[in-house]
Amino acid sequence: MKFRALLALVAGGSLMAGCAATASDTKSASAATPAQSGQSGGPAFPSTYEAYPSTPTAIIGVTIFDGEGGRIDNGTVFMVDGKISAVGGPETSVPENTTMVDGSGKYVTPGIIDVHSHLGDYPTPSVSAHSDGNEATAPVTPEVWAEHSVWPQDPGFSRAMANGGITALQILPGSANLFGGRSVTLKNVPARTVQAMKFPGAPYGMKMACGENPKRVYGGRNRMPSTRMGSLALNRQTWIDAQEYRSKRDDAKPPKRDLGKETLAGVLDGDILVHNHCYRADEMAQIIDMSKEFGYKVTAFHHAVESYKIADILAREGICSAVWADWWGFKMEAYDAIPENAALLQQAGACVIIHSDDENQIQRLNQEASKALADGRAMGLEISDAQAIQWITYNPAKAMGIEEMTGSLKAGKMADLVLWNGNPLSVYARPEKVWIDGALMFDSGDPKRRPVSDFELGQPGEGDVK
Amino acid sequence: MNRFAKYLASAAALIAAPLAAQTTAITGGKVVIGDGSAPIEGGTVLIRGDRVVAAGANVTIPADARRIDATGKWVTPGLFAGFSRIGLVEVGAVTQTNDMNASGSPFSAALDVQYAINPFASPVAVNRAAGVTRAVVSPSTANSIFGGYGAIVDLGADEDPITRARAFQFVELGETGHSRAGGSRSASHIHFRALLEEARTYARNPAVFDSDLLKASDAKALLPVINGSTKLLVHVESANDILKVLDLRTDFPALDIVLVGANEGWRVANQIAAAGVPVLASALSDLPYGFEDLAATQSNIGRMKDAGVKVAIGMINDRDAHQLRYSVQYAGNLVALNKVPRATGLSWDEAFAAISSVPAEIMDMGGQLGSLKAGRQADVVIWNGDPLELSTQVETVIIDGVDQSLSNRQMRLRDRYRDPAPGTLPNAYDH
Repeated sequence: MKFRALLALVAGGSLMAGCAATASDTKSASAATPAQSGQSGGPAFPSTYEAYPSTPTAIIGVTIFDGEGGRIDNGTVFMVDGKISAVGGPETSVPENTTMVDGSGKYVTPGIIDVHSHLGDYPTPSVSAHSDGNEATAPVTPEVWAEHSVWPQDPGFSRAMANGGITALQILPGSANLFGGRSVTLKNVPARTVQAMKFPGAPYGMKMACGENPKRVYGGRNRMPSTRMGSLALNRQTWIDAQEYRSKRDDAKPPKRDLGKETLAGVLDGDILVHNHCYRADEMAQIIDMSKEFGYKVTAFHHAVESYKIADILAREGICSAVWADWWGFKMEAYDAIPENAALLQQAGACVIIHSDDENQIQRLNQEASKALADGRAMGLEISDAQAIQWITYNPAKAMGIEEMTGSLKAGKMADLVLWNGNPLSVYARPEKVWIDGALMFDSGDPKRRPVSDFELGQPGEGDVK
Repeated sequence: MNRFAKYLASAAALIAAPLAAQTTAITGGKVVIGDGSAPIEGGTVLIRGDRVVAAGANVTIPADARRIDATGKWVTPGLFAGFSRIGLVEVGAVTQTNDMNASGSPFSAALDVQYAINPFASPVAVNRAAGVTRAVVSPSTANSIFGGYGAIVDLGADEDPITRARAFQFVELGETGHSRAGGSRSASHIHFRALLEEARTYARNPAVFDSDLLKASDAKALLPVINGSTKLLVHVESANDILKVLDLRTDFPALDIVLVGANEGWRVANQIAAAGVPVLASALSDLPYGFEDLAATQSNIGRMKDAGVKVAIGMINDRDAHQLRYSVQYAGNLVALNKVPRATGLSWDEAFAAISSVPAEIMDMGGQLGSLKAGRQADVVIWNGDPLELSTQVETVIIDGVDQSLSNRQMRLRDRYRDPAPGTLPNAYDH
């Protein structure tokens, strides 16, 4: 990725404008669909992320959860040049001149991935000057991009890494709007610019929201939608208009560029993934029908506290549920949440993701997965530890369209991984080391391997363990 | 049984008090007294009526005692939530079910949560099933720095939740106090002092009391704060705000202050300890939510404890009406810090005390609540493993000596949708 990202940077930044990117450049930013191209044909706002330097490293004698439901005891993980090179048992051979990390009594997992975060868009300090997560001036704003609100100096990124082992995350617009805008997927690497955090090759997502929030925000201003039926009407009309735009896009005289419709057309093309905030089972069923009416797919329902009521339907439709372990009761549509939601979905064969939507719980998604697992087992469901780890690694990677690159410990994938000082499903475990693309980005034993954002520099508590 | 008789029977069941003479022995478990001492393997907890008679290794069990075998399990005091809003809220965003504050009321310090706490609210049942048996319940604030009277409650399945009404007064003196008072800490502190002075004026001659600042009811409510007979729970986070609160005792020496939140407490831990002021602290707060929280760290509680501060876990503004069940997870995380270089946590025994005996002691109820020492109210929980571990489940909850139902609507929904596709009848017939 490092090399390709560099090419993209050169094409976008240093060469003359109008100098078309080469075919391989375009491919390098695999999300370079028409819906997100700049006028020059290259991707708009391209990733400038490059992996940081790494040394060949092997973790040995460690318990491995591979992120795809597998477990290896007394295992070895070997990474070189930013990639996972080998994952196996004690017989796994490791070349000389490799940095050896003794993992005995410890656990390794893929880097933890949060499919639902607002870090950067709603950063701390959460002062009004930083409130950049909802373009709550109109209910349909597919034209906004979450990345244009991300403040890279949000201290929350470093907490998510050091305490939560987060290596990748999707930043979504908020849920005030029916169409909230584009999401952005980031590597959890401190950077001066958001472009230097953008996950190379990650597709875009689009945030939608059903239920209470849009109707509260706009109904309160006597605007549509003030009801759920108003929401669906506005949703459907928006898709009808998007279909028309898309059908004329390739005409000899195409319509004027429309940022919002470019995103919507990208969804209809299948290039942009739909992440739909939706709590209630009955509303999810309505959204599924709407997606069929207009020929797009919902990738994941987020905050889907009632997914357990339609677990069979969600399994059949192949839609992931991104859920909390146990949040409930904060509003009417969260009233029927139950702690067994994730486990019941797993039982039904549906895709389960544990998400945070929170700058605190992103620091312990492993613990949230563990609670959801325990509640499932308490009702007699048989789910392995390794499957619960998949809820916070491979499954969110899949919903973000990056599962070919990260999310599990397989040879050839990015070396994004966490060494835990105990079983990550235990309350007593914490990340000891975090690697991103093979680079050691956090080491609990080395105060210098802990990011300190500009905001915290020179402030009380700078560089503290937090 | 006719309908009225049925009603009486169910009402009687609701208030089922333990038989005065009933004795229960919980045997064979790993007994945690809750006072910071180490767990006792194979211990016995003996309950008579609503009180603990004895707990430990060498307890004589009367022949007629009911026995509960807890071999392989852990037996602990019920969890004591050090700061909460339990029972004040059913659904947070449904304002008619949310009694945390009263933005439309002319009253402030006189507001009293004892009239609002609903023992039948579903959060009470959900958290009871998770082992929470007692809680500090505080109002929040709306138009004044003062929120009103808080209470100590039990989470029992009965109609009398109040353990101690008017247990404390609640006041905001940090960033929230700044905004409640009109936009400055100068204002919140002058407001605080002026209101207390007005209360003194009221005390001198209630009949002629006429104040631009304060209603007579509010003045009356502040009097016991001034003389220290009612505790004052003060929410502040920053080191500087904490010091300014400690300074209040220069002018009001009898104030019985408890700090709430105190994210930066570790920076002034020596001063807090020297003042003898206890803290109901947020366990895992580690982000600069505001400029008052710049130095927030999960090591805050451990560092304050090491400096000699009496500190328990509270959950102010942290899902404090619904998720008191997080208490064990939070305590467990403080234990986890012991393995993190440069971090300061609590030992397991200290961590459990921070959610049982220490909050009870801070509220001056350590003699009645929060541990399994003889004479305490019999709030007992049996767990199938280490209570601080995420995989552990609650098996039995006893409050005031009464076995509690663990059922709640979350469990009912779970059971209804175990197999979600409708069978021969719709799901609605499954009950």
